[in-house]
Amino acid sequence: MSNSSFDTSKVASTNATAATAAKPTKAGVVANWADERLGLGTAMKKNLRKVFPDHWSFMLGEIALWSFVILLLTGGFLTLWYDPSMAEVTYEGAYDPMRGVHMSASYASTLHLSFDVRGGLLMRQIHHWAAMLFIAAMLVHMMRVAFTGAYRKPRELNWVIGCILLLLGTIEGFTGYSLPDDLLSGTGVRAADGFMKASPVIGSYMSFFIFGGEFPGEAVIPRFYVAHVLLIPGILLALIAAHMLLLVYHKHTQWPGPGRTNDNVVGYPMLPVYAAKAGGFFFIVFGVTAVMGALLTINPVWQYGPYDPTKVTAGSQPDWYMGWPDGALRIIPGWESEIFGYLISWNVMIPILILPPLMLMVLILLPFIESWVTGDKREHHLLQRPRDAPTRTAVMVALMTFYGVLWAAGGNDIIAIKLHLSINQITYAFRVLTFLGPIIAFIITKRWCISLQRHDREKVLHGYETGVIMRSPEGGYSERHLPISEEKAYSLTARERDEVWSPESETDANGIPAPGTRVNRLRARLSANMFGDNVQPPTREEIEAAHHHAEHEHQLQSALDGRSADGHQFDGHHSVEGETLSRDD
Amino acid sequence: MSTLEERGSDNTPAVPEPIPNPGLPAHTWRPTDVDPAKEKRAERQVAAFFLVSAICSVLFVVSYFAFDVGDNWTTFGGLGASTLFLGLTLGIGLMSIGVGVIHWARKLMADHEIMEMRHPAASSVEDREATVEALNTGIEESGIGRRPLVRNSLLGAVGLIGIAPLVALRDLGPTPNEVAEDADYPGAGLYRTVWQQGMPIVRDAIGTKIKAEDLEVGDLVNAAPEILYPTEENGWEGALEGVEVQITKSKAALLLLRMDPAEIQAAPGRENWTVDGIIAYSKICTHVGCPISLNERTTHHLLCPCHQSTFDLADAGKVIFGPAARPLPQLPIEVDSEGYLVAVSDFDEPVGPSFWERNKG
Amino acid sequence: MLLLGLLVTGGLYATLAPATAEETSNQEDLVAEGRELFLLGCSFCHGQNGEGVLTQEGAQLGPALAGTGAAAVDFQVGTGRMPLVQTSAQAPSKPEIYSQDQIDALAAFVASLGPGPAIPEESDYSTEGLSPEERAEAEARGGQIFLTNCTACHNFAGSGGAMPRGGYAPTIRGVDPKYIYEAMLTGPQSMDNFSNGNIPPESKRDVIAYIESLEEKPGYGGFGLGGLGPVAEGLFAWVVGVGSLVGFAIWIAAHTTRTSRKKKSELAAEGADA
Repeated sequence: MSNSSFDTSKVASTNATAATAAKPTKAGVVANWADERLGLGTAMKKNLRKVFPDHWSFMLGEIALWSFVILLLTGGFLTLWYDPSMAEVTYEGAYDPMRGVHMSASYASTLHLSFDVRGGLLMRQIHHWAAMLFIAAMLVHMMRVAFTGAYRKPRELNWVIGCILLLLGTIEGFTGYSLPDDLLSGTGVRAADGFMKASPVIGSYMSFFIFGGEFPGEAVIPRFYVAHVLLIPGILLALIAAHMLLLVYHKHTQWPGPGRTNDNVVGYPMLPVYAAKAGGFFFIVFGVTAVMGALLTINPVWQYGPYDPTKVTAGSQPDWYMGWPDGALRIIPGWESEIFGYLISWNVMIPILILPPLMLMVLILLPFIESWVTGDKREHHLLQRPRDAPTRTAVMVALMTFYGVLWAAGGNDIIAIKLHLSINQITYAFRVLTFLGPIIAFIITKRWCISLQRHDREKVLHGYETGVIMRSPEGGYSERHLPISEEKAYSLTARERDEVWSPESETDANGIPAPGTRVNRLRARLSANMFGDNVQPPTREEIEAAHHHAEHEHQLQSALDGRSADGHQFDGHHSVEGETLSRDD
Repeated sequence: MSTLEERGSDNTPAVPEPIPNPGLPAHTWRPTDVDPAKEKRAERQVAAFFLVSAICSVLFVVSYFAFDVGDNWTTFGGLGASTLFLGLTLGIGLMSIGVGVIHWARKLMADHEIMEMRHPAASSVEDREATVEALNTGIEESGIGRRPLVRNSLLGAVGLIGIAPLVALRDLGPTPNEVAEDADYPGAGLYRTVWQQGMPIVRDAIGTKIKAEDLEVGDLVNAAPEILYPTEENGWEGALEGVEVQITKSKAALLLLRMDPAEIQAAPGRENWTVDGIIAYSKICTHVGCPISLNERTTHHLLCPCHQSTFDLADAGKVIFGPAARPLPQLPIEVDSEGYLVAVSDFDEPVGPSFWERNKG
Repeated sequence: MLLLGLLVTGGLYATLAPATAEETSNQEDLVAEGRELFLLGCSFCHGQNGEGVLTQEGAQLGPALAGTGAAAVDFQVGTGRMPLVQTSAQAPSKPEIYSQDQIDALAAFVASLGPGPAIPEESDYSTEGLSPEERAEAEARGGQIFLTNCTACHNFAGSGGAMPRGGYAPTIRGVDPKYIYEAMLTGPQSMDNFSNGNIPPESKRDVIAYIESLEEKPGYGGFGLGGLGPVAEGLFAWVVGVGSLVGFAIWIAAHTTRTSRKKKSELAAEGADA
């Protein structure tokens, strides 16, 4: 859109007839037509050249977005043949081993679109792979956001939206997985019936309402279908739109570096570079899922057979994203209790009805808890390296460990046969690891981060290790350090100092405890735990002192200097063109 | 020292940066920017990717018509040729467009990084004040604060009308009690199954009755009630229709195991529930309801493939491992006059997963 | 160690023994031949007359064999599960040690200890005589019986599955139909019996027809990922899917090569300045 077309529209809007002198281009004419009706000029003026910083980890959310688009496209294709009905039919299609078998119309239509529709099996497989990728990409995107502290003010609400997207994506996945009405997914629905029945007071009513009577009934597949193709995608679409509008409004976060501060954003403009990269990435994501759909069988429902409540297969597992609650369900001991004759099934309630919602709440609250403990109410647009927020990183790793242990527990039978272990011993081990693993992970991660921070500080103060060992005239050995570049040093030190929060005063002027003092003490203690051990970037004075010291060292070593090659040129920090290791003096 | 809070949205750090910001590094050129030959080459590469994509699209159409599905799948290397070639041509076609576009962006599009200033997410003080004022004016003009009668009656009305959709959902399904009392199929409801006195036990998926003497020690039979396999002779035709078949299956699935009678530790009151070491249990796990039949003949331990609950079939179906809390319900069986296995009665407890009012039935 | 020694002697004997049994048509000679083999290779665990051996702790070293029948011997020895190399939760399948004639002799000896299922005739398990229509019907019937009785332990694709305390249901893909039939008939190790009173012989053959069809059918959707279900699929989604896409993302955002050269126009401008 050229500037002249803006001018034309402004003139036109005031009903003046002064045509511009230059003859507008064809594109200009179209743009002009649209702008006179939609006012796009003002809306797009800023956004067409909107800046997006470039980093691979910023594209993880894009994988999720594009997977969702692929899901809409392939899902639309599948609905043309899929019949969401549980009416009993006799299969007469192309797949021999099922011919003459009684099955639901939904399973029969799934076989039909897999075996009688060209490209149908491919689309079904692309759809399923894209679904797995959708949730996986949301999860890694979420980890990136958490590990870099991108969820801090002003982005807390976008984090909350993201958490809800993850939940909805999981439900969307489960309802879709159930639609073919095959033996495996039917077993999953049967387990879901068990979950519902385990709910206190209303459990059996909930089950009877959802299944339209006794399990399995005839209602659940059509109901899941409506949820899967209409209700949940609608909400997902709206939330994704909100998620991205907020992203545009807040502008993307960026890594600190020379010229990149908390007040600006540096990168490529939306048009052309970012649009090309993001648009190109859509084709790549679609291409990768298509190749996976072509080569890798997923959910071979024709082998599972139609759902039959009397049958089951070894290796009955949900899709991976339901794996961790399933793992919790596997390792929970058989606890049930009876109160006034009513049964409370802790063995189902804890892993399914309590744990996942609790985990989601913890996730949603992470940024709020953090900002309460730190007392930090500023806006943050610069990302932190995971090591620079050791406690946050450690909390995330602990949560991931918790998730990972339960996830692995969800595959305990496969682990048992593949590693030739006893399923009982594995289960006992997982019970212990669920509690011990996160604690150990927290401690190790925190210490690891702090030592990495110390290493960074050393690098800024004393330079990097060249790998060159020097021998002093006295016979002592030392490794030679050389200063790092100014850009690197800036990037390493461009972070805020952590401030341990402390209440202003425990008591007011009259010696009466200030309100909320107990909460304040807790907050102060948490803040001290969170930041107390962190290594802070050196101050300007410290850097000067260190450099002064280094110069002194260099003078001592000056006898050795002047040699063309002492080896440090080959440490990867220098261009080595035309250098040799030989000493030619 | 709550300086952070006082500073609010002021973004300046408390301590000056230890190393001054050197500013954005100077822009350097890419080989494609300075060398026309390299530029041309990159251009050709991009076009080549687009050409590959075009070829793939043509091949996609060719594959669509060339390879059969249905009764005579064309296969290629043991794989379904249609799915394989459609997917590969589509995938490579899409990927080539993506790679081409990105290669274009990386090599040929201008790559000057540009800078944009950020603004606080909060709106300006004036805007905020104006909004608050507009809001207050609106509220004031509506009079909602001054007229509590209108306000409270509105709140009550809106709250009540929210009940309408909830009530309308009531007909999603019958309640458990309604099913137990009104449904016209045998064994309806949470507390009953189709098993009844004299109901023959048949082989599941085969549908034939089982003679006790035909089973050997160590035999495990996945069994079902005869009503699920209606024939003209047995007279069950029309007894169960449509959805009732699946409902009946989901509760009546049965396991028969013949073991050495000496090994069975019968629970009190169940001494007569077996026939010559043939013992019958519900196949539905008491945890969340998966059907179970992973039995170890040597130990009589039955494992659930869903969550690995393990039951001891020699010891009244007791749970010996895993998340299930209750033993498997046992079905009392006997032989009829011809020597075929039949049920003595229904289960004496609800089968399948636990529910709140289970012990009240 | 002793066990291993005995096994080795048994194995050695098996390979070195003169092939006299081959010509023996007389049943009694066969039993006698089998008895000799048995005493050398099997009696340490199963007792000299196949009565079974208990260890001092009372655990079963080898179970009694009377009544297990020839089919059990043919299965256990023919698939290499016996003789056992070491005691473990379960005897794994391995290359067999005895020749088929020696196995027949052993089977004849064990069958002489007490009545048990005989080695099935080829007509019992072979699906070769079936017309295409009959075969299709057999596959459809067999599929339902397979899903009812077998998949619970052996998995929907016959890939096998886990059992309590380190036990496992082995894969049944690529197994000789005779051994599948014998396994159903005799219930080896922890497996349940599916005797002819449980699953009739013709239904057993239907199951075999279905298992064969599983192997013969093309991979309609591509490679099968081991036929292990959603765990393998999840693994591939993460490693192949997320892995390759992150790889692409790294390429997309990576810095392009830079050069210290300048554009001609810039050089010209600099030249003018100088």
